[in-house]
Amino acid sequence: MSQTANPYAARDHARAMAGTVVEAMPIVPAAADDAPASVVWEETVAPGGYASRRLARGTRLRLVDLHGDACASVLLFNAENPLERLNVADTVKVQWNGYLGAGKLLLSDMGRVLMSILEDGAGTHDTFCGASNEAANARKYGDGKNYGAHPNARDRFMLGVAKHGLGRKDVHPCVNLFKGVRVAEDGATLPQIGPFAPGRAVILRAEMDLIVVLANCPHVLDPRPEWSVTALRATAWKGAPTPPDDPIRTASPEATRAFLNTEDYYAR
Amino acid sequence: MADPHLSGLPGPIVHDEIVPARAPWLHRVRKGQTLRIVDLEGNQAVDFLAYAAGDDAERYSAQDTIAAQGNVFLRTGAVLLSNEGRPMMTITATNVAYHDTIGGACSCESNTLRYGHHTKSQHACVDNFLDANVRVGRGKRDMVSNINFFMNVPVEGDGALGIVDGISAPGLMVDVRAEMDVDVVVSNCPQINNPCNGFNPTPVRMIVSDPAGMGAA
Repeated sequence: MSQTANPYAARDHARAMAGTVVEAMPIVPAAADDAPASVVWEETVAPGGYASRRLARGTRLRLVDLHGDACASVLLFNAENPLERLNVADTVKVQWNGYLGAGKLLLSDMGRVLMSILEDGAGTHDTFCGASNEAANARKYGDGKNYGAHPNARDRFMLGVAKHGLGRKDVHPCVNLFKGVRVAEDGATLPQIGPFAPGRAVILRAEMDLIVVLANCPHVLDPRPEWSVTALRATAWKGAPTPPDDPIRTASPEATRAFLNTEDYYAR
Repeated sequence: MADPHLSGLPGPIVHDEIVPARAPWLHRVRKGQTLRIVDLEGNQAVDFLAYAAGDDAERYSAQDTIAAQGNVFLRTGAVLLSNEGRPMMTITATNVAYHDTIGGACSCESNTLRYGHHTKSQHACVDNFLDANVRVGRGKRDMVSNINFFMNVPVEGDGALGIVDGISAPGLMVDVRAEMDVDVVVSNCPQINNPCNGFNPTPVRMIVSDPAGMGAA
């Protein structure tokens, strides 16, 4: 007899899967033996996968490129009012620099800080080239659909934002962590795709209550003919909101004003 | 004497309008039509967005455009891609060396970071984009990274970038041909705190020509 011929057998068949461990999965309840404080999120995002999560102000988010070939494309929203979201142009313009790294801020379109980058063990990030899309993946890999073998970052984002009541119009320009783009004097984009050493990590601090959406798909400038990407680990732990003497907050007049605007938002 | 601003445009003129300094502008450009923007007095940033006429969730994407052409500057031949990777418009001619698409639009809010809170009440491009968009049913979710025609944002070797003195001049132009029906939304930038408008916002001229001679949209 089939193992799933009747509801009782099908139930037993389903329940027998419990306890299966794979690389790309959430740990529930959240736990990590290498986090310095109370863990609120632990999940490994599959190659080609995505995740979305609400994080409280002050929470630290560590992203780890486990095997050296992850591409963490990131969207950020103010969880309380998702009309406020990451503005990549303001992020580079206000900070007078297009390259992300430790000490840099991710700014909203309302003049506030969504996240700051506390530690950067990678140094290869991208504010210029954004997410892959279905058409680009179809050209490069033969298909790009969410249900296929070569999903694209934009459509992963669409699913991630949809779970927070958002839609196509809310998939805004993103930043890519772990895969880099530099700009030559003539404006040419110079991709830094790797693969890199395993285990590179970036630690970010939530400066507002956030919806964080991650997609882990090959970078849009990845020159390899094969669709290549490896797992991305996300770990978040509780932390205090940024104090007035924080070195990132006081590093520049623009940063200080962005934090002042953020603190003003929470003056209630 | 022939109007030099009309020279070389393909087909009859179907629209010709001066956008005042500091003002928004919204216009549907049909597939095949060419929009010419004339920087009348020189170094006037023209902040530019485009939405697919039939489905405005599809819109200009600076990041897709940069990735596809492998360059952050917009020059003659640049194909302006949508967030779905489709060609929306093509820059068919320009006598400015390059245009910007990484600097984004000024806003009341970002002005407080860039210059101080005393600038909060000054008019800004995002407010122009919203002014035009809200009247036709779009809103803040429709704000994405834009093009800044006639604006100069170089990127240095260490990633340093910023709006610096312009490379445009009085009478210089850019022609963009629509590859699909698009709603173009423009902010004739009112910024007075940096050199994007030479510290003096000025009018620009918008001319639409239609090789098919279809008449005004």
